[in-house]
Amino acid sequence: MPAIKEEVKKRVGDIVTRLPPKLRRKTLPRLPELSEEEVVRHFTRLSQMNYGVDLGFYPLGSCTMKYNPKIADLLASGVAEIHPYQDESTVQGILEILYTLSNWLAEITGTHEVSLQPAAGAQGEFLGALIMRACHKFNGDIEKRTQLIVPDSAHGTNPASGTMAGFKIVVVPSDPNGCVDLKALKAAVSERTAGLMLTNPNTLGIFEEEIAEIAETVHDAGGLLYYDGANLNAILGKVRPGDMGFDIVHINIHKTFGTPHGGGGPGAGPIGACEELAKFLPVPCIGYDENHRRYFLDYDRPESIGKVKGFYGNIGVLIRAYAYILSLGAEGLEQAAEMSVLNANYLVKKLSSVRGFELPYAEGRPRKHECVLSAKTLYKENGVRAVDVAKRILDYGMHSPTTYFPLIVDEALMIEPTESVEKEELDRFVEVMKRISDEAYSNPDLVKKAPQNVAVTRLDEAKASHPKTMTLSWRMHQKRNVIKGAAP
Amino acid sequence: MVKTYVHPYIPNSVPETKQEMMREIGIKDIEELYVDVPKKFRLKRRLNLPKPLSEHEVRRKVEVLLSKDKTTRDMPTFLGAGCWAHHVPAVVDAIVQRSEFLTSYTPYQPEISQGILQAMFEYQSMICELTAMDVANSSLYDWASGLGEAMRMAMRLNNRTQALVPRIIHPERLATLQTYVEPLGLQIKSVGHNPKTGLLNLNELKQKCSDATAAVYIENPSYLGFIETQVEEIAEIAHRKGALFIVGIDPISLAVLKPPGEYGADIVVGEGQPLGNHMNFGGPLLGMFACRGEMELIRQMPGRIIGMTTTLDGSKTGFCMALQTREQHIRRERAASNICTNEALCALASAAYLAMLGPQGLRELGETIMLKARYAMQLLSEIRGVRAPVFESPHFKEFTVNFGKAGKTVKSVHQALLKHHGVHGGKDVSREFPELGETALYSVTEVHSEEEIERLAQALENVLNVGKG
Repeated sequence: MPAIKEEVKKRVGDIVTRLPPKLRRKTLPRLPELSEEEVVRHFTRLSQMNYGVDLGFYPLGSCTMKYNPKIADLLASGVAEIHPYQDESTVQGILEILYTLSNWLAEITGTHEVSLQPAAGAQGEFLGALIMRACHKFNGDIEKRTQLIVPDSAHGTNPASGTMAGFKIVVVPSDPNGCVDLKALKAAVSERTAGLMLTNPNTLGIFEEEIAEIAETVHDAGGLLYYDGANLNAILGKVRPGDMGFDIVHINIHKTFGTPHGGGGPGAGPIGACEELAKFLPVPCIGYDENHRRYFLDYDRPESIGKVKGFYGNIGVLIRAYAYILSLGAEGLEQAAEMSVLNANYLVKKLSSVRGFELPYAEGRPRKHECVLSAKTLYKENGVRAVDVAKRILDYGMHSPTTYFPLIVDEALMIEPTESVEKEELDRFVEVMKRISDEAYSNPDLVKKAPQNVAVTRLDEAKASHPKTMTLSWRMHQKRNVIKGAAP
Repeated sequence: MVKTYVHPYIPNSVPETKQEMMREIGIKDIEELYVDVPKKFRLKRRLNLPKPLSEHEVRRKVEVLLSKDKTTRDMPTFLGAGCWAHHVPAVVDAIVQRSEFLTSYTPYQPEISQGILQAMFEYQSMICELTAMDVANSSLYDWASGLGEAMRMAMRLNNRTQALVPRIIHPERLATLQTYVEPLGLQIKSVGHNPKTGLLNLNELKQKCSDATAAVYIENPSYLGFIETQVEEIAEIAHRKGALFIVGIDPISLAVLKPPGEYGADIVVGEGQPLGNHMNFGGPLLGMFACRGEMELIRQMPGRIIGMTTTLDGSKTGFCMALQTREQHIRRERAASNICTNEALCALASAAYLAMLGPQGLRELGETIMLKARYAMQLLSEIRGVRAPVFESPHFKEFTVNFGKAGKTVKSVHQALLKHHGVHGGKDVSREFPELGETALYSVTEVHSEEEIERLAQALENVLNVGKG
């Protein structure tokens, strides 16, 4: 605590007695009382019980756990002490970075203009759905256009975001190839359709080949097409959502542009919009005044939907993406896409012959950046489920794939290797999967009791959520124990 | 197809490796993996982006750009209004840079994520202690969107159609709240204040609070820095009509000020950035969210919540995500919120920060901040033509400064401060609250030395009265 001069103290007087007694805190909050070194040791020890990309293979499907460049972390600290309300003349550098980044993202996605404001993909989705709403309102259609269509393979955030924006969700099934069933889509659209939310490649890692027909169907019905950017990594520089007919696009900066996921966040979820919809983007956008050669925050957008959060976005994340794109350039981004796809298909080839696993949907068609295996047979023949396989993978020192998603695959294991992983590591993963298959057939209990070689064995998640045992804070724990009569 | 370029982030782009892998899957060209992308949509040119740069070039490029900026370290800066300059202990930065935390994601596999899970449980527990609430989630994006979520939660709980917010509210928070509740058709009404003290007009609140009121929201300290003292009365008015009471707070004030859990708050939201997070030009921030412990409320709470549990065999304590059935990945369109990626690393920073300061440290910090802010108000109000603060109530770290009697606009005063004195004034609020005239919102914290406060006063004296502007 910086010491305060005695004469200042004397002059100001007792500050606390100026507070009305009823507004003073009587008892101090029960926070830890530790030395600096104890704090460092505690959290360093905790970090040792945590698995990150820097420790090894992290094929968590749909999350694009690629390498997070250290140079980006280092450069991000350059904005740490800038206040968002500083005079524009004092922030020209960071504004230029953000202006340039939003133009790059518009180029990458084939959209007209990009807002950097949303803090995460889900917030981008919410904003995107609000832009649909604003558009239909603008056209005097909102009373009628109340339905938002999502495929049954969609991320859970899609229907949740659509509902938040006031839409009713209509689910369309997938066809035998795991793609949107075009017939069902045609039957689902009507003058009540607000739009369709789609990710392409989809959550099975399959490219929606009929995207032209899908776009036409939705547009002909007067709906808008929303692109969920979770799988953008697969198509960088190859095909752009805007060119496929998508009107609104979100980008998961922390996935596609290599920024660290931070144990759950922060990320960033910029939104791109086509020319017709750009006027609805939130305020402020970053502008450039050519006459005065200066960057500025543009609030003069009368049709804007307003704001989805304070200030301008997760700048500390966005500046890392700027560094990432600078480092890779157009060629590097395209190569990232290609190699993420090659890696995924290499795994498809090697894993689909492992006993007990199969690759459902669209046999023989290439996957993009990820693939989804089913452990259905393994379960049927040995009682070993996808969750057991996932836990056993942890024992072998790797993170597991995403499990039980998408919902259209039984016993799903969703694997996204990304472009960052070297072939030897892919081979090791294949080896691990083979071994787990062998174990499942020879000693299924070993797999079902996994993990054993990590910080804790399998946790009781039901106990964590049951009203009688739920403990969501230390305070709750103590209250519960007092009720039980035990010592807190 | 990209031909020969090999980037260190993309190991298998080494030609021999790539060939071997392609051979393995039976293709001759990467393009064969993109055959199902309709030709008419394919990008037939390279993206219009710069050429790849070496790490050295990337560093130079970004550093040169950032060197055009001034930071709050380059000039005494008195801005706050939702994002504040506070000291971040080196320990906090060191902890959040541990790449085991930094490069991990949402703990879907708790057995190898006990570190971040326990840290989040500790964060939640400390937020509960600070606010005197039972349950906190492990973060939302920021205060503004947290308020939006809180109001939606209130509506889910009581199915009502109106919200009451103070007329003195951060305009960005109000704008965000409007965005969040507009699809639900919730009507937001504002409640005025006593023009002298800034305190909420209780009669007006009583008149407006009805059976249609989903929630009454206040900010304490208020957006303009003064402390709302009639909190118990406000809680009672809200509760009498069956409305929820939502309180927005600055957590750094809560070792000095009474916590909202002790004056009837049902939901607490706030900005966690002051607790160990840098300003970063306004983001990432840390949305704090806490509520009372009734199951009814907990079930409607947005965001990830970490719970303490045991291993299945009961032998060890451990942590995992709790109540996931509220969340989008399980409940889809019926979820309490769509939030997935949150601000976990910022919450980790706050946990480390609170552990560093401890109860006594946080109280001393709160008192130091109040003392320095008061010192600044005293010095500034001695300047001819300046009124600080505008409201006659105790203030925490922010306060209003009015230049009306000096006959100058905030804009001209601040331009002169910045250009001629290298001092950055507070936020101009004269357009947000026209009734306050030429008024700015200043923020003073522990990072402002007495000399800097004196320099501000001297500079203002020069700008306003010496005339060299």
